Amino acid sequence: MSAHDTPQQIQHDAAEGLEQILHRKEPLKPKERMAIPMQKMPTQDPQIRRDNMQEVAMGYFPEQAKLESMRCLQCKTAPCVKGCPVGIDIPGFLAAAAEGDFQRSIGIIKQSSLLPQVCGRVCPQETQCQEHCTVGKSLKDVNQAVSIGRVERYVADWEREHGVQAPSVKAPTGKRVAVVGSGPASITVAADVRREGHEVTMFEAFHKPGGVLLYGIPEFRLPKAIVQKEVESLQAMGVEIKTNFVIGRTRKLLDLMKKDGYDAIFIGTGAGLPKFMNIEGENLVGVFSANEYLTRSNLMRAYDRERADTPIFKSKKVAVLGGGNVAMDSARTAVRLGADEVHLVYRRTEVEMPARVEEVAHAKEEGVIFHILENAKRIQGNEYGLVTGMECVRYELGEPDASGRRRPVEIPNSEFMIEVDTVIVAIGNESNPLIRQTTPGLDVNKWGNITVNDDGKTSLPGVFAGGDIVLGAATVILAMGEGRRAAASINQMLSTN
Amino acid sequence: MHKIILKKQLSADVYMLKVYAPLIAEERSPGQFIILQLDSDFGERIPLTIADADTEQGTITLIFQVVGKTTTRLAALNEGDAIANLVGPLGKPTHIEKFGHVVCVGGGIGVAPLHPIVQGMKKAGNRLTVIMGARNKELLILEDEMRALADELILCTDDGSYGRKGLVTAPLKELCEQTPPPDLAVAIGPPIMMKFCAETTRPYHVHTVVSLNTIMVDGTGMCGGCRVTVGDETKFVCVDGPEFDGHLVDFDNMMQRLKSYKTQEQEAPHPCKLNQQIENMNR
Ligand SMILES: Cc1cc2nc3c(=O)[nH]c(=O)nc-3n(C[C@H](O)[C@H](O)[C@H](O)COP(=O)(O)OP(=O)(O)OC[C@H]3O[C@@H](n4cnc5c(N)ncnc54)[C@H](O)[C@@H]3O)c2cc1C
Ligand SMILES: Cc1cc2nc3c(=O)[nH]c(=O)nc-3n(C[C@H](O)[C@H](O)[C@H](O)COP(=O)(O)OP(=O)(O)OC[C@H]3O[C@@H](n4cnc5c(N)ncnc54)[C@H](O)[C@@H]3O)c2cc1C
Ligand code: SF4
Ligand code: SF4
Ligand code: FES
Repeated sequence: MSAHDTPQQIQHDAAEGLEQILHRKEPLKPKERMAIPMQKMPTQDPQIRRDNMQEVAMGYFPEQAKLESMRCLQCKTAPCVKGCPVGIDIPGFLAAAAEGDFQRSIGIIKQSSLLPQVCGRVCPQETQCQEHCTVGKSLKDVNQAVSIGRVERYVADWEREHGVQAPSVKAPTGKRVAVVGSGPASITVAADVRREGHEVTMFEAFHKPGGVLLYGIPEFRLPKAIVQKEVESLQAMGVEIKTNFVIGRTRKLLDLMKKDGYDAIFIGTGAGLPKFMNIEGENLVGVFSANEYLTRSNLMRAYDRERADTPIFKSKKVAVLGGGNVAMDSARTAVRLGADEVHLVYRRTEVEMPARVEEVAHAKEEGVIFHILENAKRIQGNEYGLVTGMECVRYELGEPDASGRRRPVEIPNSEFMIEVDTVIVAIGNESNPLIRQTTPGLDVNKWGNITVNDDGKTSLPGVFAGGDIVLGAATVILAMGEGRRAAASINQMLSTN
Repeated sequence: MHKIILKKQLSADVYMLKVYAPLIAEERSPGQFIILQLDSDFGERIPLTIADADTEQGTITLIFQVVGKTTTRLAALNEGDAIANLVGPLGKPTHIEKFGHVVCVGGGIGVAPLHPIVQGMKKAGNRLTVIMGARNKELLILEDEMRALADELILCTDDGSYGRKGLVTAPLKELCEQTPPPDLAVAIGPPIMMKFCAETTRPYHVHTVVSLNTIMVDGTGMCGGCRVTVGDETKFVCVDGPEFDGHLVDFDNMMQRLKSYKTQEQEAPHPCKLNQQIENMNR
């Protein structure tokens, strides 16, 4: 583990580097661009951040944003754009940022993405845009690619700090659209549909809008104030938000059309049904789904033990099962809630971990203990039903499976116990059945995800869907992209009848 | 915001509220519940059964016992005050049809959730025997309401201050011993009571429905905090229930899970009636 670079040091280095370049008259040659060191993200010191909920990655300094943008070679074919699910003009916004024209830069991003402050922070860039970057390829390390996401975040934050105007809204059309859920897919649909002058009502089951951005992804990775701003900007456009409203219970989906007169519906209810492993001891006291643990901490603010009424388990030794972002978020939340030891148990190796590389690195810096090629077999409890330990078994990598990943196989007789009082299960989410159970005629696939055509249309007329409820647990940017597509077809439908 | 239209104290620590919530009043069925929260930022979300509803007034009736922080704060609200967040109706409605002879057993505050079920069963044309139990006379609630619905009403108190002295399981057993035995039993109350009701009916093969009051967060199937073991399966009370076959529920596991935050909530600086509640459970 390398020593922590202080933000001051990082800024100092960047300022010096930029100074040298700005003295030059001729444009930078590709070789020179490649020689600019990749800009590190300034972060809170791991020793300090273990005890607070504030954002870990503090964002680039302006000098860094410019320098990092200068690393872009402006490739004619722009392979990076193909890796971005919404096809942002990446060389375009980087060129503007390199010139220091952050206003133009964010304008270019916003033509394709509605949530750059969020995506710049949480996109798995190393498997999307940055995976294809020529710079990373030439340096033979994807982690040396142009830090597209960090620059995206910088210019988006810059815009927020300099005041964003609410997008203009066309004259009222008299058409009404119901948007179910308030995650990134729904936020996108609400904005895109409202812009065309249609009335939009958003229905959210929880008492606050934002979806996973609010209750799942922790403050230390995505400040809630950012999500709040996105929601406020919807309200400024005239979107009505009804919280505490469960579609399928408070109102049946199709009653929104039949009884309440909505002309179209978008379903963006996410993948909110936690999977468990079906092993012995899973219902003992101290075993939680990541959803429960994170919701208690994030939405219900249980981390603020002084003020919050919602309790959260006080743990000494925690095991988290899984290797995705949800697992990292749970482990790092447990660290912040004061656990002495946090173990992360994952069946495959670090290469296969679906979590963002940065989150894995941050988790390690914060002292999370990684157990790779291990899996839980059984959870042990005492006479009060409290967790006392977890039996694990070791794995090795066997033949590649259909997905091309080498399949982990159990090593016989390799069982061993670890002593823990808390187990957090973060092995994924399935789709919530509430709407499909209460909506006859709505087609779903064998995993319970709503099936849609290329325009985001479901099997029911006037009903559209997108995001995790269609894709299965996916990403923010994919949810946003699906939202855009569905909004376009809703607008199309409403303009022709 | 949901305005409190009417407030009544039913017994020492049991209150009744009529709350304005027209959509929920319209959609709700017996067996369903709401989740409420008094403060959006730091408040806890707690589930309460919809004890009754009035679609004309647009109100729902909640009956709750003061046991901890949120119920204490709720009891301090008055007519005209508002509840910040109220969501529902949640859970699956009770399966109501004409079964024949239905025995409904309510213990303590469990009489409140039982009330709409008794109403529904009556409407469906069942013969109803209602057994109500409490520690003493002062703690019996909804006696008049139940008397109006039941074909036979049996009251029990632990101390014999009213009705029969003893536990609700005694008359339940007698009813099971009759020929023919009841066609269905519904038992709602402290988990320990539901457990023993299920044990009472088991030898007589009287199907017994119980309504579980686990800890909840979202109430929509998202968190899994409400999970219970039913038969060999894990079920989520908020979406698969709250009612289950009492002969299959693992009550011991459920009772342990209910105490998950026991020590933490005891540490919190509020007038917690936890000890009393545990005493109730274990009596
Ligand atoms: C802990 C965690 C960390 C993650 N980290 C990342 C990351 O780093 N990068 C990334 O790209 N992705 C990440 N994801 C995934 C990403 O958050 C999701 O893919 C994305 O939020 C899906 O958006 P959505 O709009 O489909 O639904 P969601 O964000 O799930 O929102 C759905 C909303 O609908 C509401 N709802 C559900 N049912 C109903 C109903 N019947 N009536 C009314 N409302 C309803 C829910 O309460 C919820 O608010 C993470 C997910 C989690 C859980
Ligand atoms: C579907 C459902 C319907 C319910 N209906 C009613 C009702 O109609 N009337 C009513 O009075 N209560 C009902 N309950 C129980 C009610 O939700 C709890 O009493 C309430 O959550 C306690 O909140 P508190 O903040 O006052 O207490 P807390 O401070 O949270 O807890 C105090 C003590 O109560 C225990 N406790 C916490 N949650 C529950 C719970 N869900 N059930 C039992 N004990 C709990 C805690 O472990 C603690 O020991 C219902 C519960 C469920 C799940
Ligand atoms: S939205 Fe995500 S994938 Fe697209 S450019 Fe930005 S960081 Fe890359
Ligand atoms: S691939 Fe990399 S270097 Fe090329 S245009 Fe995209 S970001 Fe710039
Ligand atoms: S309360 Fe969260 S799943 Fe039931």
